[in-house]
Amino acid sequence: MADKSAVGKTGKPFKMHVDWSKVREFARAIKDPNPLYFDPELAKKELGGVPVPVTFLQTSAFWTDETSSPGFGGFDLRRILHGEQEFEFFKPIFVGDTLTGVTKVADVLEKEGGRGGKMTLLITETSYTNQKGEKVAIARSTLIETGQAVKA
Amino acid sequence: MAKLKFDSVKVGDEIPKFEVKGVTRPDFVRYAGASGDFVPLHYDQTFVEAAGIPTVFAQGMFTAGLLSKAVTDYVGIGNVRRFQVRFATRVWPGDVVTCTGKVTNKVEKDGEKQIEGDLIVLNQKGEPAIKGSFRAACA
Repeated sequence: MADKSAVGKTGKPFKMHVDWSKVREFARAIKDPNPLYFDPELAKKELGGVPVPVTFLQTSAFWTDETSSPGFGGFDLRRILHGEQEFEFFKPIFVGDTLTGVTKVADVLEKEGGRGGKMTLLITETSYTNQKGEKVAIARSTLIETGQAVKA
Repeated sequence: MAKLKFDSVKVGDEIPKFEVKGVTRPDFVRYAGASGDFVPLHYDQTFVEAAGIPTVFAQGMFTAGLLSKAVTDYVGIGNVRRFQVRFATRVWPGDVVTCTGKVTNKVEKDGEKQIEGDLIVLNQKGEPAIKGSFRAACA
């Protein structure tokens, strides 16, 4: 079980390069044919660069490893559900940017659950800055560790 | 991308629906590759059966991605300031998912005119797969 002692722990900063082919692939995967993702000239004219989809920071999975994780104080990854996800944006993110992400444990909460008994909620926050040192986004993730295996 | 006109948006306005008539296993595989979420629950039939689950189901963030398209189609790409989702019911192959939402508030924040709203993804039975919220900049 994760516990309060994990709160405040941070992982090692990781780099994430925002690549156009990944943006195109991601836009297709979420069924968004918006030309701003596919036409750099149009995107440059309208926005100043090729933008990224709202949930694109999920692709940080390709840039992180075990050292980027803050460590969860014994969270059992076999009994994990993704409960909630949130993104806040402060500055635009464009293709060509190199972001630096740092993940911390924001909170650990105990809760009585329904299907899986007692639950532990683990809230992590990953802060992203761009190559100019500007804070561009925060991704907040709530993982739920159930007291027992969750039934389908 | 053109921003919504703050003055023309009313509290209660609905976000135009984005409907996907039957999500597929290939959709989940494509999202796995695009996102880097390789949890086998979403594409490995042998694995899910061994876990006592009848078949693979969508990554929550796949469905959230569909919902985010409904939001950016409405407010314009580049204008979303906050996007939040909470996962409820699982989405299965063949499900018809409808992404929508409505404006709940108009605010001035960080020197911008912004709207806030609730979001929802429903399956064909009318069950929520996702409940969420957003904040976006307007002109």
